[in-house]
Amino acid sequence: MSVNTLLSRIGLAVGVFLIVSPAILFFLWMISLSVKFEVDNAAFPPVFWPEHFAWKNYTDVLSSNRFFTYFKNSVLVTGGATALAMLVGVPAGYGIARMAAHKSAIVILIARITPGLSYLIPLFLLFQWLGLLGTLWPQIIIHLVVTVPIVIWIMIGYFETTPIELEEAARIDGATRWQVFRHVALPVAKPGLAVAFILAVIFSWNNFVFGIVLAGRETRTLPVAVYNMISFDQLSWGPLAAAALIVTLPVLLLTVFAQRQIVAGLTAGAVKGG
Amino acid sequence: MSTIVEQAGAAAEAAAPERALRPPSYWPFVVPALVTVLAVIIFPWLFTIWMSFQEWKVGSPTTFVGLSNYLRLPADPRFVESVGHTLSYTALSVLLPLVLGTLAAVVFHARFPGRGLLRALFIMPMMATPVAIALVWTMMFHPQLGILNYLLSLVGLPPQLWVFHPGTVIPSLVLVETWQWTPLVMLIVLGGIASLPTEPYESAQIDGASTWQMFRYITLPLIMPFLFIAAMIRAIDAIKSFDIIFAITQGGPGSASETINLYLYSVAFVYYDLGYASAIAVVFFVLIVALTALLLVLRRRAQWNALGSDT
Repeated sequence: MSVNTLLSRIGLAVGVFLIVSPAILFFLWMISLSVKFEVDNAAFPPVFWPEHFAWKNYTDVLSSNRFFTYFKNSVLVTGGATALAMLVGVPAGYGIARMAAHKSAIVILIARITPGLSYLIPLFLLFQWLGLLGTLWPQIIIHLVVTVPIVIWIMIGYFETTPIELEEAARIDGATRWQVFRHVALPVAKPGLAVAFILAVIFSWNNFVFGIVLAGRETRTLPVAVYNMISFDQLSWGPLAAAALIVTLPVLLLTVFAQRQIVAGLTAGAVKGG
Repeated sequence: MSTIVEQAGAAAEAAAPERALRPPSYWPFVVPALVTVLAVIIFPWLFTIWMSFQEWKVGSPTTFVGLSNYLRLPADPRFVESVGHTLSYTALSVLLPLVLGTLAAVVFHARFPGRGLLRALFIMPMMATPVAIALVWTMMFHPQLGILNYLLSLVGLPPQLWVFHPGTVIPSLVLVETWQWTPLVMLIVLGGIASLPTEPYESAQIDGASTWQMFRYITLPLIMPFLFIAAMIRAIDAIKSFDIIFAITQGGPGSASETINLYLYSVAFVYYDLGYASAIAVVFFVLIVALTALLLVLRRRAQWNALGSDT
């Protein structure tokens, strides 16, 4: 019996190792690439732990003045698109949940299955016509395509599970529907707000396809800037890997620290998506 | 705006106190989102459909050309090839994550020390910025300097050209897609396994069933609905896959990994043939809807079969 439990423990450990190692090894290799000089990155067999660390790769990326422009662009686009999505999406999730207007979810579903590029053609023409193309507005607006459905979808789920009795009690006491929403429904749905916010931030931050079409030289977000590094400026691996790591680091940190919210949000969206 | 509505609402309720308990209208909550959705989702859709009947290259006026953009599609070898690439890429990118994700869910269902942290590390690939990880994968695929060929040499396998050869580019990209999205399947199936009743396992254990038998005859049939949901989400995401393919191969070598989505990008924003691109977008969308519908039908049929075998 104890041999059996030992065996199954070892089996489990091996299973866990096999399943998690591709992710861990990948990111370790990414870090390794980013702290090596060209000599080490071009070595065969590969060098895992260099004798001399190339911290220069990081300082080069961070000290380039354009990096901060791109960082600022990313923050403004993600921040703007998330803030707007919360502003319109949270009340909408509440309204849809309370009206039990489940058919309206079809629009969200359509948004979910539509390829991003098909929004780009008409909106690109619209932004061109409006003369907005040199600014960050086109990207903020088109990122709403990503953030608004996420926020609405998740908030419907949370408001559906919050008890309506509390709200009825508040209405008996003479509260208006806005007061009920603001002071009764919203505080109860706080965990949902966090989930919606975090997922909207991550998916907007990671978005690439809208940027390659809409961003000009001065309005690139970080993913687009990194992509342009591959194609034009930079051929050495160290600085490239360092830049890639810097771009994705905020999201990775968020994944570790907000794992519970992310898992809850993704599985809620996923399971309901069926 | 909101204060006016608020005052109006308050006034109405004060005027009719006996009706105060009737559920209020929730429309004002929905209107801002409705306007947003109309502007950024519905309007682009209608415009795309209209555009697909026009001949429009940027800089020249539009002319109505009826269905001719659609009729160009079957005669366009690049489009036809891209459909094939998309289907094989999608099929592999659904199947592999589904199998691996189910295995991963079974493992993560067990309790072990460090489970939370390991799960966070495991889901990192799907949360990481796609372009950033695509860049590192490109380095790993490098035929001379890449780590993957070094790993192959360790186990005595010949070096591969990975994404640099037409014959291996799609499987190589599927490898990235699988690495990235297996965690999502794992999360969905894990949710399913966690919701299963414990009684069947207890009685199976008493009957002396093996772990494999319990998985095969109890767990697997019960998590089928979750597997279908995972397959559907995976299919929708894989068919639309763009960032990874674009950043690693841009559809190459030649057009060996050009999927519909990448071809759509080229037609729209490299050739600026916007009418034709809109027709591709419409057909692409119909294809995605058809695929989703097909999976829903399969799911229903599977449920019927399950019911049939029960009785």
